[in-house]
Amino acid sequence: MDWMVRVEQLSKEFTLHTQGGIHLRVLEGFDLTVGAGELVLLRGPSGAGKSTLLRLLYGNYRAKGGAIWVRHGGHLVDMVSAGPQLVLDVRRRTMGYVSQFLRVIPRVPALRIVMEPLRALGVAEEEARQKAARLLDQLRVPERLWGLSPTTFSGGEQQRINLARSFIATPPVMLLDEPTASLDPVNRQLVVDLINQTRQAGAAMVAIAHDGALLDTPVTRIVEMHSYQGAIVANDLPQSCP
Amino acid sequence: MTETGMEGYNFAYLDEQTKRMIRRAILKAVAIPGHQVPFGSREMPLPYGWGTGGIQLTASILGADDVLKVIDQGADDTSNAVSIRGFFARTAGIKTTTKTRQATIIQTRHRIPETPLREGQIIVYQVPIPEPLRFLEPSEPQTRRAHALAEYGLMYVKLYEDISRNGHIATAFDYPVMVHRRYLMSPSPIPKFDNPKMDRMPALQLFGAGREKRIYAVPPYTRVKSLGFEDFPFQVERWRECCAICGSRESFLDEVIVDDRGARIFVCSDTDYCSERCEPIHSGSQAAPLREHLAAIEREGQACKRPVQFSK
Amino acid sequence: MQAPSPILEVTGLTRYYGRRVGCEAVQFTLWPGEVLGIVGESGSGKTTLLNCVSGRLEPSGGTVLYHSRWGLVDLYQTPEANRRLLMRTEIGLVRQSAREGLRMRVSAGANIGENLMANGQRCYGRIREQALSWLERVEIDPERIDDLPTSFSGGMLQRLQIARNLVTQPRIVFMDEPTSGLDVSVQAKLLDLLRCLVSELDLSVVLVTHDLAVARLLANRLLVMRRGQVIESGLTDQVLDDPQHPYTQLLVSSILQN
Repeated sequence: MDWMVRVEQLSKEFTLHTQGGIHLRVLEGFDLTVGAGELVLLRGPSGAGKSTLLRLLYGNYRAKGGAIWVRHGGHLVDMVSAGPQLVLDVRRRTMGYVSQFLRVIPRVPALRIVMEPLRALGVAEEEARQKAARLLDQLRVPERLWGLSPTTFSGGEQQRINLARSFIATPPVMLLDEPTASLDPVNRQLVVDLINQTRQAGAAMVAIAHDGALLDTPVTRIVEMHSYQGAIVANDLPQSCP
Repeated sequence: MTETGMEGYNFAYLDEQTKRMIRRAILKAVAIPGHQVPFGSREMPLPYGWGTGGIQLTASILGADDVLKVIDQGADDTSNAVSIRGFFARTAGIKTTTKTRQATIIQTRHRIPETPLREGQIIVYQVPIPEPLRFLEPSEPQTRRAHALAEYGLMYVKLYEDISRNGHIATAFDYPVMVHRRYLMSPSPIPKFDNPKMDRMPALQLFGAGREKRIYAVPPYTRVKSLGFEDFPFQVERWRECCAICGSRESFLDEVIVDDRGARIFVCSDTDYCSERCEPIHSGSQAAPLREHLAAIEREGQACKRPVQFSK
Repeated sequence: MQAPSPILEVTGLTRYYGRRVGCEAVQFTLWPGEVLGIVGESGSGKTTLLNCVSGRLEPSGGTVLYHSRWGLVDLYQTPEANRRLLMRTEIGLVRQSAREGLRMRVSAGANIGENLMANGQRCYGRIREQALSWLERVEIDPERIDDLPTSFSGGMLQRLQIARNLVTQPRIVFMDEPTSGLDVSVQAKLLDLLRCLVSELDLSVVLVTHDLAVARLLANRLLVMRRGQVIESGLTDQVLDDPQHPYTQLLVSSILQN
C-alpha cells in the first residue's frame, strides 16, 4: 500500500517576541508515515505538539526544518516548502481539516456552508445541494436548520456542520482535531460511522482524540507524543520555566 | 483715419496688437473645431454680460468693406442690437444692415437667423459660459482634462437625470453638441430649435466669451450633432400656432401678450425673416401665393390667430 | 496542474513624499479570483500602496504590470487616457469614504450608470435596467434609484459605491477600509455581500484594512506592512495563526478576544 503522507525529520519552533523573545521548541526530528485507509491516532499530554503537528501538516503553521510529503493528484508536494497557491490547491483537493469549532460567518446558511467546498471545485449547484443534504441527513441535522445561519446553533449542531463541510469533498487525506469533543454519545456514533466510511473508501487519516472519544473505531496506529525534553529554551536573559 | 471712424480711435475701436492676438486665437480655434482657446479679453466700453466677447471678435475680423448685422434674440431693433450696430458704424464707418442676406458678418445673441447662411458669411455668437460641463463640474482643471481625454460621461449623466426627473430631456437652450465628433461644445444660449442649423453650415461660426476669456469656432461644413440617447433622441420645439404676422410654420416663435386680459399671439422671433415674408416681393412669382395664404388665414381663422393689422 | 497567469504583478514599488517614505520596495503578485489583504496600522503605507497599484498615484519607482483583457499593460508607462479607460472598465476602486467615491449631487441611478455612459452606452432604458439590477444586488431598495445619495445611510452609501464600481464588470477591485465607520451589524452585512460578489463574479480584490477580523473573513493571503515595508506575507491563516515577525505577533496579539 502506497503512503499518502510522509513526514521526515520535522522540527517546529516558536519564537515568542511578545514574551521577550523566548524560543519554544515543540517538535524535533519527527517522522511519520500514513497510508491510504489508515487511521493514526495522536496521544499525549497537552503541549506535546499534537495540534501543532496537524497544523503543520495542513500548512497552517510554518516548519523550521524537515519535510512533509503529500501525494497530491499524482505528484508529491512538500507542504513545508510549497508556495501559497500550491498549499491552497492541496487543501482544496487533497487535504481536509476538521477543527474543534466551527468558525462562524454571519448570515450564511448551514446548507450553503456545507456546499461551499464542492462549489469551489466546480461542482454544479444542484448536485452540491443534494450531496450536502444527504450528508446533513446522515449526521441527523434537522432540515429546519439547513436554511439558517449556524450563529444560533448549539455547540453540537455547529460541530456537525463543521464536520459535514470538511467531509463533503471526500479528500484523500483527513486531519481531525478532537472531532467529537462537543458531541453527545448519539451524535458521536454518527461521526464515528462517517469516519469509518471515509476510511474504508481509502482516506488516510490523522486524528487527535481523547480516550473513548472515537469509541471502538479500528485504529491502525497510536503515536504517543511527549513534550520535547528541554522544550523551553531561554534567550540571553535567565528565565524561570513557567 | 477720420473718414472711416471716430477721431482718435483705431478702426473698430481695438488696437492692432489686440486684433492680432485675437486673430491668432481665432486661427487656433478654427483649426481645432469646438476647442476653447483662451485669449486676453480687453476692457470694452460696455460691462461684462453685454456681449464683450462677441464685440471683440467682430472688431478683430471687421474690414472696411464688410456689412454688419447685429441681432439680439432674433430682433434687429432691441436696444442692445441697436447700440452695438451703432458702435461699429461709428468706430469703423462700415455699412450696416438688418437683412441677413446682405450681411457679411452677423453678430448675434441667443438666435441663429432663419434665413440660411451662405459661404463667405461669418456669424459671431455672444457666449456667457463657454464650458458645457461647468454646472456639473465646477473645477476648471477637471473640465479641461475631460476635454483633453474626450471623457464626456458627465454630460450624459445630466441628460439621464433630466429624463429620470422629467420624462424627457428638459434642456431647452444651450443644448450641448459634439463638434466634428471630438469636442463637446456649448452652442451659446440659442434655443435647441436652432441647433440643427449649425450642422454643416456653409458659413464660419465664431464664439466669443468676454468675461470667461475664451474663443471657439466651428469651420464651414463641420458636423455638429446634438447629444441624446438612442431611445430619447434630440428633438426640436414645435408650435401648434403659426406666426400671426407672416404665417410662417417653420420659424421660432415668440409668445406676445397683447392686452390686459392675457390674450396672446405668436410671432417670428427673427424680425428680418418675418418682414421679408410679408414684403411684396419684386420677383412677383412669390407674391401671389403669400397673399393667398394670408387671405386664407383671415377667411377661415385656422389654428393661427387673426393677423394683427399694422398701419403702414 | 496548469498555473493560471497572474492578473497583477507589482515589483519594487516605491513612493516617497519628499524625504518621507510612503512605501518601499513592495513586491507581490495577484492571481485571478484571489483576495489579497494588506494589513497594518495607520501610517504603515498601505493606502499609499493601494493608490499606486490602482493607478491613482504615480510611484517614485518600480512597476505595476496589469494583465488586462487585451494584453499586458505597464500601468504607468501607458498614456493617461488608457490608464483612465482601464480605471473605468477593468479596475474598480472602493474608497474608505463613500462620499469621495460617489457624486453626491446626482441620483443613485446616475451614479451607477455614469461609467456605462462614459464608455459609450447610449440607451437610457438599458442603463436604467442595469442600475436597477445592481441596486437589488447590493440590497438597496430599487425604489431609491432616483434619490440623491445625500439621503442614504453610511452602509447604503458604501453599497452604492460598490455597485457603481462593479457595474462595468471589472476584473480587479481595490478596496480601502470598506467597512470602517460602519456599525457592527452593517459591517457584517457588507462583508457578506462582498464575499458573495467576489465568489460569484470571480473577482480579484486587493483589500486594505487595519481590522484583522475583516482580513480573516475576506482575504486568502495577507501582506503585513509597517513603516512602508512589507514585513511578512503568506496565507491569511498562516500569518494570523503562526506570525513570524515580531511586529506581526504584536498586531495579532492585540486583537480583543471575544
